[in-house]
Amino acid sequence: MTEEIIIAGFGGQGVLSMGKILAYSGVMQNKEVSWMPSYGPEMRGGTANVTVIISDERISSPILNSFDTAIILNQQSMDKFEKTVKPGGLLIFDPNGLTRLPERKDINIYSIEAADEAGKRGLSKIFNMIVLGGFLKLKPLVAPEYIHKGLEKSLPARHHALIPENEKAIAIGKELLTAIHLVN
Amino acid sequence: MGELRLMKGNEAIAEAAIRAGCDGYFGYPITPQSEVMEYLMAEKPFERTGMVVLQAESETASINMLYGGAGTGKMVLTSSSSPGISLMQEGISYLAGAELPALIVNIVRGGPGLGTIQPSQADYFQAVKGGGHGDYKMIVLAPASVQEMCDHVKLGFDKAFEYRTPVMILSDGAIGQMMEKVVLFDQIPRRTDEEVIKQCPWASNGRPKTRNHNIITSLDLDPAGQERVNLKLQEKYRQIERNEVLYEEIQCEDAEYLFVAFGLSARICQKATDLARAKGIRVGLFRPITLFPFPAMEVSNVGNRVKGILVVEMNAGQMIEDVKLSVGCKVKIEHFGRFGGIIPSPDEVVKALEQKIIGG
Repeated sequence: MTEEIIIAGFGGQGVLSMGKILAYSGVMQNKEVSWMPSYGPEMRGGTANVTVIISDERISSPILNSFDTAIILNQQSMDKFEKTVKPGGLLIFDPNGLTRLPERKDINIYSIEAADEAGKRGLSKIFNMIVLGGFLKLKPLVAPEYIHKGLEKSLPARHHALIPENEKAIAIGKELLTAIHLVN
Repeated sequence: MGELRLMKGNEAIAEAAIRAGCDGYFGYPITPQSEVMEYLMAEKPFERTGMVVLQAESETASINMLYGGAGTGKMVLTSSSSPGISLMQEGISYLAGAELPALIVNIVRGGPGLGTIQPSQADYFQAVKGGGHGDYKMIVLAPASVQEMCDHVKLGFDKAFEYRTPVMILSDGAIGQMMEKVVLFDQIPRRTDEEVIKQCPWASNGRPKTRNHNIITSLDLDPAGQERVNLKLQEKYRQIERNEVLYEEIQCEDAEYLFVAFGLSARICQKATDLARAKGIRVGLFRPITLFPFPAMEVSNVGNRVKGILVVEMNAGQMIEDVKLSVGCKVKIEHFGRFGGIIPSPDEVVKALEQKIIGG
């Protein structure tokens, strides 16, 4: 099993930390992982993305131009990454702030109204965990107990009291998906 | 087994230095390697092992602090990125001339000049062919994973002391910034003063009555004396060439074609190898791990069994010169590179193989 994922959005949406929690959870489940962030001028312009690879085998290139899954949280990222999903792959997006919906017919597309839901429930800070929940519902790569361990490892000890809230957000995300287009 | 963590390459360098028993780090911030010093500052190794971490006023100061520390037999480290490493070249030449052990980390970014902060491999020539003046070499290690970033710190210090030579870890912004699983080796205690004196009888660290002054210098105005220095250095480099070559071969046994690449490019080529093989192209990958000493004989052995070689680098064609010198002219050898901070994709690499080697 190898899953190649791009997570892309605005800086501050928790894109990098979502990737880190996913990657650390993979490590706890004894998978091979890589986490490759954008760190250059594009990040300084306000967009952030991270490539996460989780695999049972040694990972070759940490940098890719096509992905099994794209998790897209703003319009710039939709414009850039919709076309990079492999045929038959998965695209998850939050429609909040999007001006154009994805148009591909050869991939599975789900929307997740995570920003809206997070706002309603006062969980804006962990909106990214709602999105992660949606992803894990569709691709249960990592078991919940390892997600728990991943949260423990990737959050500083002073934030460990927030782990149950993060897990709650993940659970919310699992129920929030809407299928937009499915192949087969 | 050691401690398992998910770390950035830069952080792995820093943690490995503490655990290797490093005595001092001197550096100046520059993207994309700033996490090395940031991690060290946060970790406060002075409280863990007594290791000193100092932000110098410039890269020129860092490298000369390294010279001073190394001259007393201490285990010392600096890190920077391309423009900062250029500023250090005089000091590196002095370290080589005075035969001092030290570890220098270059997290390469795109050049020339201030260039960009994105990853590159355009400092190969500078690292391998001597960026400073005079006939000198450094051992140059090219890690391709966060695990190797960690392991090469330990290896680099070991070889620096074994041969009394500066050692460089030549990595790039991507490996510095990416996180992977790493198994950290256990803490090695810093050497005591007595152990330093025993390991480094040449060091200038206080003269007991039983010996003459130890003088750390790269200056000998007598040409005959300076020639002797050079001959000694050259003998050392030949010994390093005989004993310290490291490389990796991936899917080379049945290969008809060959990628040669180091560091991040080798990771990309590994993916390209899988993609090409899925299309029925039997290609293998040869990855030099030491860039000096270059695995000349080893790449020649594999290279002369194949129909063509594509050297893939994030530069305009630097290591290809060493590949050509090693393999000779019976096999077609071409270069594929992207520069200025662009990372080639595995698909591009396969296409280049098809166009430049198979179809060309």
